[in-house]
Amino acid sequence: MYNFNFEPVLAGLDQLLIGAWLTIQLSCAAMILGLIVSVLCAAGKTSGVVPLRWIIDAYIEIIRNTPFLVQIFFIFFGLPSLGLRLTPNGAALLALVVNFGAYGTEIIRAGIESIQKGQVEAGTALGLSKLQIFRYIIMKPALRTVYPALTSQFIYLMLTSSVVSAISADDLAAAGNDLQSATFASFEVYIVITLMYLAMSVGFSAIFSIIEKAAFKYPLSR
Amino acid sequence: MLIRPFGWSEFWIIVMAAQWTIALSAIAFAGGGVGGLFIALARVSDSRWPRLLATGFIRIFQGTPLLMQLFLVFFGMNILGFAINPWLAAAVALTLHASAFLGEIWRGCIEAVPPGQREAATALGLRYYNRMRYILLPQASRVAVAPTVGFLVQLIKGTSLAAIIGFTELTRQGQIINNATFSPFMVFGTVAAVYFVLCWPLSVLARRMETRFSRPTAR
Repeated sequence: MYNFNFEPVLAGLDQLLIGAWLTIQLSCAAMILGLIVSVLCAAGKTSGVVPLRWIIDAYIEIIRNTPFLVQIFFIFFGLPSLGLRLTPNGAALLALVVNFGAYGTEIIRAGIESIQKGQVEAGTALGLSKLQIFRYIIMKPALRTVYPALTSQFIYLMLTSSVVSAISADDLAAAGNDLQSATFASFEVYIVITLMYLAMSVGFSAIFSIIEKAAFKYPLSR
Repeated sequence: MLIRPFGWSEFWIIVMAAQWTIALSAIAFAGGGVGGLFIALARVSDSRWPRLLATGFIRIFQGTPLLMQLFLVFFGMNILGFAINPWLAAAVALTLHASAFLGEIWRGCIEAVPPGQREAATALGLRYYNRMRYILLPQASRVAVAPTVGFLVQLIKGTSLAAIIGFTELTRQGQIINNATFSPFMVFGTVAAVYFVLCWPLSVLARRMETRFSRPTAR
């Protein structure tokens, strides 16, 4: 019978907590930069300029139909031969941004397309300024529409980010790998780490739903 | 060690490694299909315990990284006394993963069937098995095809993580070839292209079916 030994894991808990904090930082940075990429690409896609739309479509399809692990290998090992040398952490962030950007673009585009033209025209007719129209008529309902998809995409991003440990970037999974090879308590280490990921995804879902209730509580009228 | 150039034979070794990716995806999809059906049925069950258990199972697998699930099965099998076997560990972990995700997808599809159908079936005296078999599941499966194909793409991409626990499929074969040829741009470009060839037709198919089945059912 196997004797579980959580002692070395608890001894290295501060290491794991630092790892968890790194994962949160990495995910948040990737989300913010990825959102910028998404908004730009969504704007490019809806702009109707044909070659631009093709390029963005190709980007989305390539990223969505290849594994993240291969993308990060390509960026970390492949790009240096083009002269772009990145640290493991830099490559990890770039890979996550590129990956999130492809999924985010589709989400944002759906949000923009959910605003009917008549609403903007109604805003103009009511004498709202361009900025007011953008803020109250386009952005607010569009954000409300895409919010659930964006938040679940963020959680997915955070879980995916564990893969960056494969190129020895710093995150929770990498902290686990280190602790595992130092203590040989592999199963115990990964049980604790898995629970930490679970806690983070449950925690973030809870935070997101509190924000949702506070920010989007005005009634929908259809 | 002599570094050999990346040529046609290296290209073919990578392309042929796709058979292991396909095999692993097929096993996980088949196993996950069976598991997912049970999870979905438990999730919409009338009794409390199956529902709670299935919900917990789904939450755990959707709230943790696939990589950790692979590690836990990999090291967990060792604890249970099995010899360490990346092939078996990857198959088991991906099957459990697919069961949870397909279970959640199919739950949504079963719940999308209008409640009147179920009530009518009950009123006609159909018991659980016949109600599911002849009334609810056939209607749910119509809605389920598109998201299921969409998940298959996710699953094929997910099998790449088996490379990290040492199972030689497409990605791992790429790493091995890269160590020998040291031309990562070509190697991982090829690996990515093979995944794309596997996944893209499925993505397009899923999108087509989504638009087709989103049209209202003829009544």
